[in-house]
Amino acid sequence: MSMSRRSLLQMVGLAAGTTAMYQAMTTLGYAQASNYAGPIKLEGDPQGAKVLILGAGLAGMTAALEMRAAGYEVEIIEYREKAGGRCWTLRGGDSYTELGGATQEVEFAEGNYLNPGPWRIPHHHYAVLDYCKRLGVKLEPFIQKNYNAYLHRSEAFDGKPQRFREIATDYRGQISELLAKATDQGALDEEVTEEDKQKLLDSLVEYGMLDENYRYVKSDHTSEYRGYDKWPGGGLNAAPEPSEPISLDRILQSDLWTWLVEAETTHHQSTMFQPAGGMDMIAQGFEREVGDLITYNAKVLSMIEDENGVTVEYEDLEGGGTQTRTGDYCICTIPFSILGQIDHNLSGDKAAVIDSMYYAGSAKFGLEFKRRFWEQDEHIYGGITYTDLPIALISYPPYDFFSDGPGVLLGGYAWGATAYQFNAMQPDERTKWAVEYGSRIHPQYTEEFSNGVSVVWHKVPWVLGCYGIWQDREADYETAARIDGRIALAGEHISYLPGWQEGAILSALDAVERLHAQVTTSNAGDTQ
Amino acid sequence: MKPLSLTIILSGLAVAALPLVAQDRPKPDAATGEIARSGQREDFRTFEAEDGDLAYFADAARLTQEGGEAVYEAVCAGCHMPEGEGAVGAGMYPALAGNEMLEFPEYPIYVIVHGQKAMPPLGSILSDEQVAEVTNYIRSHFGNDYVEGEDGIAATPEDVAGVRP
Ligand SMILES: Cc1cc2nc3c(=O)[nH]c(=O)nc-3n(C[C@H](O)[C@H](O)[C@H](O)COP(=O)(O)OP(=O)(O)OC[C@H]3O[C@@H](n4cnc5c(N)ncnc54)[C@H](O)[C@@H]3O)c2cc1C
Ligand code: HEC
Repeated sequence: MSMSRRSLLQMVGLAAGTTAMYQAMTTLGYAQASNYAGPIKLEGDPQGAKVLILGAGLAGMTAALEMRAAGYEVEIIEYREKAGGRCWTLRGGDSYTELGGATQEVEFAEGNYLNPGPWRIPHHHYAVLDYCKRLGVKLEPFIQKNYNAYLHRSEAFDGKPQRFREIATDYRGQISELLAKATDQGALDEEVTEEDKQKLLDSLVEYGMLDENYRYVKSDHTSEYRGYDKWPGGGLNAAPEPSEPISLDRILQSDLWTWLVEAETTHHQSTMFQPAGGMDMIAQGFEREVGDLITYNAKVLSMIEDENGVTVEYEDLEGGGTQTRTGDYCICTIPFSILGQIDHNLSGDKAAVIDSMYYAGSAKFGLEFKRRFWEQDEHIYGGITYTDLPIALISYPPYDFFSDGPGVLLGGYAWGATAYQFNAMQPDERTKWAVEYGSRIHPQYTEEFSNGVSVVWHKVPWVLGCYGIWQDREADYETAARIDGRIALAGEHISYLPGWQEGAILSALDAVERLHAQVTTSNAGDTQ
Repeated sequence: MKPLSLTIILSGLAVAALPLVAQDRPKPDAATGEIARSGQREDFRTFEAEDGDLAYFADAARLTQEGGEAVYEAVCAGCHMPEGEGAVGAGMYPALAGNEMLEFPEYPIYVIVHGQKAMPPLGSILSDEQVAEVTNYIRSHFGNDYVEGEDGIAATPEDVAGVRP
């Protein structure tokens, strides 16, 4: 039997887990990290050229910061009353009005918050991390994987949540046992050499916690991984008692294995980070640098270019009336969901790509409880519980551990058909459902719930969704990213990192570099 | 199972119903690993679910509400708003109320199935029947009157099947 690359990868994945699989994939040339190559260097004099930047999200503010430093005159036009766009945090005292007019007053206690959008940063998002460092944004660990959190399905184990540790360990042990037995009995003799066969068996004993007969059984050894019935202690009566593994067929039937590799993709492997105090600390860091360039409460209505420059009209939401701004160039970071509704004279093929992009919906819940029962009763410190309930997951705050005060859970993070239904509800109604579902995993909800806030992204007035979906990215990407005249488009949507801040920043840096090259070349032309 | 607290402390929510008590139902034996098929999702703990509520979230991949009004309220109202009035922020959702674009069913059917600009395609989460019913619903409500009467045209599931990719 000959082996294709794909089946080899599958075998590696089965035998050694996803981490090994990713290593194998990297060797085979699959995986790649962010293409950030350190702070950009913009050489050459823009000779006072003026750039209008539309949108003060991370893409817009990155462009503004770098272009001002390179000698441009910069002005940012932003719809909201503050900077950051989707890089956003809700805290006690904040008020948020969604489309349709429903207003939520956030009642969280001091120090608690919800990141309604971005909440975690992979360790290889070099651009985001570098700007955090440059802007003095303090980062702390974000906990993706917690062995003591739960896996839960309504119809598995009688609806009782299972500890991640037990399912993951028992599954690993028992598939190792199967593979070891098959190997030992010669079933894989055509696939593995005699020499590798012994190595494979040795590795499975190690990896799968097997005994000398290649069995995964109740023992002190397996309990050291899956947990004990009675954990080891000190003094009299301190000896541990091992626990009984859950059988493979129960695990298979439960479907709880579907979440075992959630933390194994490159985007979720440890170490992950979050800004201390809330994701918008990044927005605030940028705002400290470029806040003086921003006109807030300004809704862009049109963006028209001609051979002399770019003219942008906006509605002044505070003072009323329409204002006009002109620049030599423009970087537009307005999401395509909205840009498609704005009057512009970009080329027809660009307009067609803009119009072809809709935005995914998503719902996120911040629920505050009177005490941190998940820590106090269940010893869950950060990390994520996965469930097939419509809330999809519960994430525990990876900060202020052991505090006596109230704590805020991410009480749900829904997508797809579920998110559409949450989107169509009023805030109180959404919270009611999130509390109901969460109470099926943590019964303490009914006693301890205090207040909640939720953000459904199709109702966010200044983006109309969560992130951009390409109809045909391969065919259309170049058209969207290309600079035709004086306008460059940038933002999360023009990246191969959709729904990540890294994509927004890299897209902006790339647009800035190309625009700058164009400006300095044409300046050189002017003076000749 | 210890009885649930009846204190409903969902502040700001007008809910004060008795939870349906779950322990009345026969439960499969947790120790044997018998997998429960008893419809746990109906075991409400914090509020009493009404009939319409049970259609919510019944399928992670699709909407299961039946009838034009129920489908409208479960998905369309999130953008076009409960009275079809639309919404305006930095971007906008068009009003369906008093909308002449709804005169013929072909256009709304196409937009619902395939999406259009910021409107996502909804064909994959709605059945032919649901699309036809919600099409007729928006064309006969919110000041629109294109379904009944002499010149009225009603959309059919077959019309919807015809525009699917
Ligand atoms: C639910 C969710 C979860 C996410 N999770 C993560 C995560 O864990 N980690 C991560 O790194 N990223 C995550 N992201 C992605 C991240 O938020 C985005 O990639 C990034 O913030 C986008 O930045 P941007 O500058 O391209 O766009 P935006 O931040 O949307 O900026 C665009 C700006 O344009 C403004 N604007 C819009 N219309 C107009 C107008 N007409 N006139 C003037 N101004 C206008 C908006 O107000 C906004 O400020 C998540 C996003 C969401 C929604
Ligand atoms: C995520 C938000 C969203 C949802 C959900 C949504 N729509 Fe839309 N809808 C839009 C947007 C945005 C437009 C405008 C598209 C454009 O610019 O052409 C639109 C346009 C339409 C139009 C065309 C209106 C016109 O005047 O041309 C119809 C009809 C319509 N939607 C019906 C529906 C129905 C019925 C549903 C539910 C099954 C629905 N929509 C759900 C966002 C949404």
